Amino acid sequence: MNLFFSELLLIIPELIIILAAILLLMIGSFSTKNSAKVVVYFSALTLFFVSFLEIIMPWDTGLLFTESLVENGFSRFVKSIIFLSSAFVIILSSKWLVRYDSKAFEYPILILFSSLGMSFMISANDLITLYLAIELQSLPLYVLASFKRDSVNSGEAGIKYFVLGALSSSLFLFGSSLVYGFTGSVEFFDISKSIGAPEINTGIIVGIVFILSGLIFKISAVPFHMWTPDVYEGSATPVTAFFSTAPKMAAMCMLVNILYGPFSGAFESWQQIIIFVSIASMALGSFVAIKQTNIRRLLAYSSIAHMGFALIALSSPLSSSAVQSLLIYMLIYVVTNLGVFACIISLETSEGETISKIDDLSGLSRRYPFIAFSMTMLMFSFAGIPPLAGFFGKYLIFRTAIENDLISLALFGLIISVVAAYYYIRIIKIMYFDELDILLTKSSSKGLNITNIVCTIFIVFFLLIYSFFPIAEMANLAAKSIN
Amino acid sequence: MIIELGHYLILASMLFTIGVIGVFLNRKNVIIILMSLELILLSISINLVAFSSFLNDSVGQIFSLFILTVAAGEAAIGLAILVVYFRNVGNIEVDQINKMRG
Repeated sequence: MNLFFSELLLIIPELIIILAAILLLMIGSFSTKNSAKVVVYFSALTLFFVSFLEIIMPWDTGLLFTESLVENGFSRFVKSIIFLSSAFVIILSSKWLVRYDSKAFEYPILILFSSLGMSFMISANDLITLYLAIELQSLPLYVLASFKRDSVNSGEAGIKYFVLGALSSSLFLFGSSLVYGFTGSVEFFDISKSIGAPEINTGIIVGIVFILSGLIFKISAVPFHMWTPDVYEGSATPVTAFFSTAPKMAAMCMLVNILYGPFSGAFESWQQIIIFVSIASMALGSFVAIKQTNIRRLLAYSSIAHMGFALIALSSPLSSSAVQSLLIYMLIYVVTNLGVFACIISLETSEGETISKIDDLSGLSRRYPFIAFSMTMLMFSFAGIPPLAGFFGKYLIFRTAIENDLISLALFGLIISVVAAYYYIRIIKIMYFDELDILLTKSSSKGLNITNIVCTIFIVFFLLIYSFFPIAEMANLAAKSIN
Repeated sequence: MIIELGHYLILASMLFTIGVIGVFLNRKNVIIILMSLELILLSISINLVAFSSFLNDSVGQIFSLFILTVAAGEAAIGLAILVVYFRNVGNIEVDQINKMRG
């Protein structure tokens, strides 16, 4: 009995989210007033609180519930970032939500449930838990994709995301059934023991390939990226902001967990796959983004390319510097994306829609200099221009690659990032040097402004923040707790 | 003829392949895609149960029970999204789900 309570203590953050989600669902359904605003406020508060809790909680390792969940420094670090970014997404969509449908209290609750799924995804220590967590994360995302009920595009995005997402889950499942059959266990420790044997069964390799293709879909890397541009374009802009931040972080860290955990014995087999996926994502993401005219489609291809860069770190053997660089890269990616979406959501065309064409931004610097400035900084950071955060992310990734003798991969990434710089800088050119033609209006709210300012400060003063706050040490501790 | 593990695995992978082909080659109706997804999940359950009985280990059967539960939830959400889409467009033909290109 006592043991059970001590286990419950370790997952207090998740318990708080479950309770808050159920409570807020009740409040939303039974209150007669338009409750979206209250629910939005409290769910953002819950996520901020929980993320704070993850940071201050003791960083001890613990296996819970007959070793089906694991809590360690890595999971705590990743979860705090996931919860924080979900909280920011909720506050930056509050204004849009209340105006779209002031009774739609489900939106923040779906985000709460989805972040709960993500946190279990990071903690999962056997294949059953991992599968259930992935589904808990994806099912609310399918609903969110088709959240704009009156829009054809949103429904289409929902169907595409649902069909391909369910297919990827089944690929993952087929792989795990093979791994279960050929190793005789679903638990990560036992799997890693069987894979560690000198001779690896072909069935296990096939299983690993299936599992990897299911997971690569979740991080939207080539060859399973087809859904990303359509879903990003079709869904409502705040929903897109959510898609491109927390789920990507969660899926990438789950990939770290599973590749360096149970599958570490098959490193030679999966390294080739990861390198191929990384190169293909960087190339496709950067080249196809050049001809895009829709800003959300452009960001979709940019996120595909960024996943490719992050996978460079994953294609080296397990070392704390590889995991550390990956964590910092993903942190910077998430913050930059939040900032970009805060800028986009706060701009509206004359019809009251959030902007979708890149040309809508033309002449922005003359009307709204601050938004143009922060957008410029964020784009430079995406492109990897030195004093900004994005440069350090790329620097750490390339350094890891070179330390592990993946010089050609690092070189390819370097060349591709020049291509990527083209379309980021084109946005800046449109904002500063093109003629003002479409009248934009600003629809700022407190949440949008706060997100925008916080993200811009983080990106611009990353060097200072990096040297004064223990981000690097935290990431390093997190990285050391794997294995 | 004695039915061994291999036969079950071949059956499961055949059903899995039929399901995947059904998702990609079907040009008519989204409902058929949903049916193909269910077929895929059932083929995986066959796989798991076969392994479970072969290994004398009950975990595989528990796994397949979880899959059945989640499949029900997934089908419910899929149909709900389909209804939302149908209200706006008026049909559910796969060929016409292509408003977004680029």
